[in-house]
Amino acid sequence: MNDMVGIVIVSHSKDIAKGTADMVRQMVGNEVKVAFCGGDPDGGLGTNVSLIIDAINNAWSPKGVAILVDLGGAETNSEMAVEMLQPERQNLVVVCNAPIVEGAVMAATEAASGSTLEQVRAVAEELSAG
Amino acid sequence: MLETRQPNGQVITGSVQLIHAAGMHARPAVKLTKLAKKFKAQISVRASDTADWINAKSVAKIMALRAARDSIIEIEASGEDAEAAVAALIDLVATDFPDTGQ
Repeated sequence: MNDMVGIVIVSHSKDIAKGTADMVRQMVGNEVKVAFCGGDPDGGLGTNVSLIIDAINNAWSPKGVAILVDLGGAETNSEMAVEMLQPERQNLVVVCNAPIVEGAVMAATEAASGSTLEQVRAVAEELSAG
Repeated sequence: MLETRQPNGQVITGSVQLIHAAGMHARPAVKLTKLAKKFKAQISVRASDTADWINAKSVAKIMALRAARDSIIEIEASGEDAEAAVAALIDLVATDFPDTGQ
């Protein structure tokens, strides 16, 4: 099986989340599953735990899912979403410490070659390591 | 240009001119990295003969290459499919990173 790590993009803005997902699809291709969410249910800025859970499940792969976030609440809500997943899935999801756009493109590029979740995370985080 | 140097451990080298209008920016970098990753060989590239060799499978490093238009990209590979890897990468750059539809 050539399963690939899935990518989830969580922004406070739905436009940014969608735009980032578009960039990943156009630059890397459609072979990697990409899901995104952004904004609160009323259409304002924010992030929402249940929308993040939906996105994780939409991007789900047996190899796991890497999440890219923008500011503060996106990270804490993503961590909360991971904790609310089925227990067997929790260890297969990571929140990457990386800039959202660059991290998403690089994580997806790495994922496309069938890399493990840890490899995908390491490549995304290479950007903030320097 | 593809050269096979067998004596010192099957290192295959090649070079190709970057004709892409904007140089090595993000999209070509992703394509180059994805292609490099399809091979088992260790593949390194550099954009000038004084630069350090960088891993062709590292998208972050390839994006940071900052190769300008018309620069010569040198490619070096070793491993079982090194020759095919160098040939494929030269072709990708020489044909200006065509969309492969995937």
